[in-house]
Amino acid sequence: MTATGLLRTPLYEVHKREGGKIVEFAGWEMPVEYSGIKQEHLAVRKDVGLFDLSHMGEIEIVGKEAIYFIDGLVTNDIMRIQQGQCMYTCMCRPNGGIIDDLIVYRFPDLENGNQYFWLVVNASNCAKDFQWVKDHGTPGVTITDLSMKTALLAVQGPNAQNYLQPFTDADLEVLSYYHLTRGDVAGIPAVISRTGYTGEDGFEIYIDWDKAEELWNALRQAEGHILPIGLGARDTLRLEAGYSLYGHEIDEDTLPVNASLGWVSSLNTGDYIGRDALIKEKTEGIKTAIVGLMMQSRAIPRQGYPVEDNEGHVVGKITSGTFSPSLERGIALAMVDTAHRSTGTELKVVVRNRREPAVIQRPPFWRGSVRRG
Amino acid sequence: MIPNELKYTNDHEWVRVNGDVAEIGITHFAQDQLGDIVFVEIPAVGTMLEAGVALGVVESVKTVSDILAPVSGEVLEVNPKLQEDGDDFHPELVNSDPYGEGWMLRLRLSDSAELDKLLDAEAYKAITEEA
Repeated sequence: MTATGLLRTPLYEVHKREGGKIVEFAGWEMPVEYSGIKQEHLAVRKDVGLFDLSHMGEIEIVGKEAIYFIDGLVTNDIMRIQQGQCMYTCMCRPNGGIIDDLIVYRFPDLENGNQYFWLVVNASNCAKDFQWVKDHGTPGVTITDLSMKTALLAVQGPNAQNYLQPFTDADLEVLSYYHLTRGDVAGIPAVISRTGYTGEDGFEIYIDWDKAEELWNALRQAEGHILPIGLGARDTLRLEAGYSLYGHEIDEDTLPVNASLGWVSSLNTGDYIGRDALIKEKTEGIKTAIVGLMMQSRAIPRQGYPVEDNEGHVVGKITSGTFSPSLERGIALAMVDTAHRSTGTELKVVVRNRREPAVIQRPPFWRGSVRRG
Repeated sequence: MIPNELKYTNDHEWVRVNGDVAEIGITHFAQDQLGDIVFVEIPAVGTMLEAGVALGVVESVKTVSDILAPVSGEVLEVNPKLQEDGDDFHPELVNSDPYGEGWMLRLRLSDSAELDKLLDAEAYKAITEEA
């Protein structure tokens, strides 16, 4: 903890040495960019980039029947998750409001027969999520917060596998999308998953907190000279890929089906907190939905800007917006009234009192190298 | 990167004075803070600007930042390379050449006494060091 009360990952000094511009994010001091957002973004799209994501949270859940416990907390049908598999989902309150979106990691069962899981959660919600899971704990389930002991580096881009394979004994060729394995990376014991937030192929590498600098240096100093990527490019990459971000498309006032997370919410399998609210919303007909918007002028949409129809009625607002380095124009996700959600609909984004033309386009805005299966 | 012959504001705008015409832009420090510039919104020729009031914005990938008028006057010329509906749109000039090709607008000074309120290169340098 620093004098400002903000947290630092083990790579804070490394980021400064690398020329990172440090900003506050979710209570952490993180690099928003090093060489420039556009350059970093394009490096991930065309080649490979290295991210420090150690601010994210990891919650360990262990128990003979841990799968039932988790299934009752998350909206997806976790009973289907296999050992070695990852599943994207969210946790809701009884009224359906989203507490967080997260990935459930199911490791191979332990020797004593216990099931072993991680919940990998947003940095901004880590404390809240841990408290929620603990408050709903059942006997026979042990819940531990590993966040401050676990560092996370991501290697993302079409060349991610080529770049990373020489460093690890794990066979990356057989590690399929949304699966995990254990192996050494640069001699450091790690959990490796083929997951990411960029729309490109890539890996997320979890190691002990105090091994982060060693791993970063090993990956950076190899001949390929992988570029360090900051949170600014992380945001432009995920937005081009159409991925939601908590605090933008998702929050406690939003139900999964309104936030385009209906696909990770199962309404007719096991019960979970919030399921009745989700069923009700679906039955009554959803009233708002997330859409993608492609700007038709050079103006750039930003979070909070109103969205209007061509008659000047407000029909929604921008949840995330940016300049897309790959497309060289503004793109956005917006929450709009369902009457106006069809692909191809022409709308206006209000940018500082001017009505700028936009067209609804189904995300992703950019199709990258991410594996689909 | 703080040319001696220019004048500056606390908000990282610069002014180049040529008789009663002032040329205006944002400083190297500002463009460095903002990152890759992708859009600039400046008022049309003929607009009357008031010192200290926002005249437009400069946008980077990540954010939007107001540009405040360092001095008052009527806009005479705007940089065609920063016009969003121009054929030759190059907002990145603000990054690569903030005091040259990245100039934003030229105006006719309505009160040259306002120039005395601006910072000289040394005073501006001190501000960038505190930031």
